[in-house]
Amino acid sequence: MSAHADTHDQEEHHHHKETFVTKYIFSQDHKMIAKQYLVTGTIMGVIGVMMSLMFRMQIAWPEEPNVLFEALLGKWAPDGVMDADIYLALVTIHGTIMVFFVLTAGLSGTFSNLLIPLQIGARDMASGFLNMVSYWLFFLSSIIMVISLFVEAGPASAGWTIYPPLSALPMAQGGSGMGMTLWLVSMAIFIASSLLGALNYIVTVINLRTKGMSMTRLPLTIWAFFVTAIIGVVSFPVLLSAALLLIMDRSFGTSFFLSDIFLQGEVLHYQGGSPVLFEHLFWFLGHPEVYIVILPAMGLVSEIMATNSRKPIFGYRAMIASILAIAFLSTIVWGHHMFVSGMNPFLGSVFTFTTLLIAIPSAVKAFNWITTLWKGNLQMNTAMLFSIGFVSTFIVGGLTGIIMGDSALDINIHDTYFIVAHFHLVMGISALYGMFAGIYHWFPKMYGRMLNKNLGYIHFWVTAICAYGVFFPMHFIGMAGLPRRYYTNSNFPLFDDLANVNVIITIFALIGGVFQLVFLYNFFSSIFFGKKTVQNPWRSNTLEWTAPIKHIHGNWDGEIPHVYRWSYDYSKPGHDEDFVPQNIPLKEGEEELQH
Amino acid sequence: MTALLTILVLVFVLIAIWQMVKIFDLAQANSKNSQIANDQDNKLNGYLMLGFLAFIYILTIICCWKWGDLPLMSNSASAHGPQIDNLMVITMVLIFIVQTITQFLLHYFAFKYKGEKGRKALFYADNNTLEFIWTIIPVIVLAGLIIYGLFTWNEIMNVDEDEDTLVVELYAQQFNWKARYSGEDNTLGKANVRLIDIDRANILGVDESDPNAQDDKITTELHLPVGKPVLFKMRSQDVLHSAYMPHFRAQMNCVPGMITQFGFTPTVTTEDMRQTPQMIDKVANINRIRVENSKTLIAKGDDALERYEFDYLLLCNKICGKSHYNMQMKIIVETQEEYDAWISEQKTFANSLN
Repeated sequence: MSAHADTHDQEEHHHHKETFVTKYIFSQDHKMIAKQYLVTGTIMGVIGVMMSLMFRMQIAWPEEPNVLFEALLGKWAPDGVMDADIYLALVTIHGTIMVFFVLTAGLSGTFSNLLIPLQIGARDMASGFLNMVSYWLFFLSSIIMVISLFVEAGPASAGWTIYPPLSALPMAQGGSGMGMTLWLVSMAIFIASSLLGALNYIVTVINLRTKGMSMTRLPLTIWAFFVTAIIGVVSFPVLLSAALLLIMDRSFGTSFFLSDIFLQGEVLHYQGGSPVLFEHLFWFLGHPEVYIVILPAMGLVSEIMATNSRKPIFGYRAMIASILAIAFLSTIVWGHHMFVSGMNPFLGSVFTFTTLLIAIPSAVKAFNWITTLWKGNLQMNTAMLFSIGFVSTFIVGGLTGIIMGDSALDINIHDTYFIVAHFHLVMGISALYGMFAGIYHWFPKMYGRMLNKNLGYIHFWVTAICAYGVFFPMHFIGMAGLPRRYYTNSNFPLFDDLANVNVIITIFALIGGVFQLVFLYNFFSSIFFGKKTVQNPWRSNTLEWTAPIKHIHGNWDGEIPHVYRWSYDYSKPGHDEDFVPQNIPLKEGEEELQH
Repeated sequence: MTALLTILVLVFVLIAIWQMVKIFDLAQANSKNSQIANDQDNKLNGYLMLGFLAFIYILTIICCWKWGDLPLMSNSASAHGPQIDNLMVITMVLIFIVQTITQFLLHYFAFKYKGEKGRKALFYADNNTLEFIWTIIPVIVLAGLIIYGLFTWNEIMNVDEDEDTLVVELYAQQFNWKARYSGEDNTLGKANVRLIDIDRANILGVDESDPNAQDDKITTELHLPVGKPVLFKMRSQDVLHSAYMPHFRAQMNCVPGMITQFGFTPTVTTEDMRQTPQMIDKVANINRIRVENSKTLIAKGDDALERYEFDYLLLCNKICGKSHYNMQMKIIVETQEEYDAWISEQKTFANSLN
């Protein structure tokens, strides 16, 4: 297979002339597509974060006039006071954008595309064309999602989980009209994009590995992307079916999710459906989705940690086994989102059992990361800091999962701020850290220049402190019973003593949000003015650093490197350097580490 | 106009920050900066890692000290409440131990093994014994938690409906709650939203022909006799709602098209709860805050906030539309005599129709 690819590619790729359009816009080159994903994801991220800052200000200083609201929200903030409808819309779109557009497409899309061909030693993805279509579908869905913000009756505002009947009936909520239609269309296109991408990743990893690159020599990044793609293929179609059935209910009068509804003085015709069915379908994707978000981050962190510790990742095989275990378990735990949905309590027992099992592979991973640091020679590059930060937030967020996943405890903290704190730490902040780590680490590979390290340090430390400052106290207001998605708590004097906590949280959020500008500046200015990189700045073992700095179609001039060892031969005794790239043949008498 | 000015100011602030960062950036340019961490960076960040560990611990202590003794962690008002609280405390303690140790190891290693030129890391790739140990320990601990959790869950969710149980319907609609008591026969009349007849004031869609329905009583406050098991049958007329009664450690979604249920036994009357030292402190604290807030309100010419007195609440805890944040019902737990007196004052369904 690879021999064939070699000769074929050399003939074709080097001689064909690229126009501006084929190089920068409708590119089929995986490296360009990765950058397109990254920039689109970053822009969506800016929108998503700005929304969160706005609703955080509303929570901290409820119903107070705010010139920022007046400027940005227009008719939704008469005299600068945020409207209750737009509050829910902001919460909804923030969740949608961050989960799908930033942490799924922006993270997995960027790094799967960039790293899969480069790290397995392939000239490009299995299908460059499908890859291009995948990106442009993602772009289209982003555009539709952004357009939905400007709809007359407001964007979708039923929460990112869009439970019907609220999301199905425009009479129930303004945002459930055209805004929700656009949301559903956007998500349907997004799912198509994800599936095309995932299929491509799977096929590429299975078929296009270079000579010598056996599955047990793959870097953990590739394992993570590979398994993530499989989870995506298994679960995203189910969300598509939920979306299609919801569209049918909304537009064609079917009753998949609706029954016995009396709204605004009349009985609606729907009969026989159940919102609980939608919850099952939604969470059948919705839960694996958090692993679609976190697994690539785990892969990136494993790779970056090993490189910067100058040590092999500890327990390579256990890491792969835990990725597989997490992937398998992730598809049978969705019911823990529905303990109090009215489903049979026996199901609750089953889902408690499977859910708490996930803590085992997760614990194994955390311990392996910590042991990787032990007796290392840690190079504190910004990517390394974000990787350590990742493990820290993953632990603190993961531990509270033991509470959330226990059905008996979930009764009292379900849908309070406790869950908001939990999932933001374990999959929001963690995955974001993974993404930042990846950007700092592979920026030289993407743009041929380095990011400024001191700006990176400032970015990391402020972000780390603010992330804890925002989400750690949030657990406590959750345990005090404060429900999420409340526009204001001022109707509940019971919660008056929590108001100052909300102010503290918002201040941390604002500082953290503003300091992301440091990153944006660093990112965009370094693309053009950053210091030029050397071939292998982090002295890493993986194949992408053997490719020339300047991007060429087909990745390597001449032959694709062959692989003789796994990617974690750092500080291996018997070698002068503290790293041995995968394409260096074994010395005479050297044993490969394979158990 | 203010909007335009605000945008301008914002843009200028952003440009200013941008420029400041740029100056900082340029100031670095001359130094022989490779943008790859050197020993100095490793050292600085290693110490910062220790500092961050201290930050985590301090934040944890402050949070626990200031907000750790929230009345919802203890002070439950239902029979099954202490079970949940127990499980919660055990899990919490466990989590805090693991959190403290692992965060220490992570940040301490990051400090201890910060890179130095010329040092070589230990080539240590695998150890099956270690992997086994940290697989088996979580397995054992989690097995304990799972078993304890499942027993608690089963006990809470298995409600037997015997003679003694008070059956109450909770009825949710955008954006308020109603309660329907089953009356003397202790059987709720059949109901469906299709039977709603606003003209006849049959707002819950109760079946007028059902004999069991005649003595049902519909109220806007929830009164519960202390010590008596109560079983809630929940309905919703429009969208999903969730009946959340945090003080009783109770929550269940209200789903249009089906009846969901949750049962518990209230153990502390509203009056007694108000007298607990914890609640007295909490209410005093809240009233101090309200007086403080009233000052600014009065300065603006508004009315002062009312004095707060504790009451149990039923809150909506599933996003249900614009006024989701204000969908509540007062719950009053009282003695059997007080309850009997109150319920006898309520109109029966048959008498409430137009």
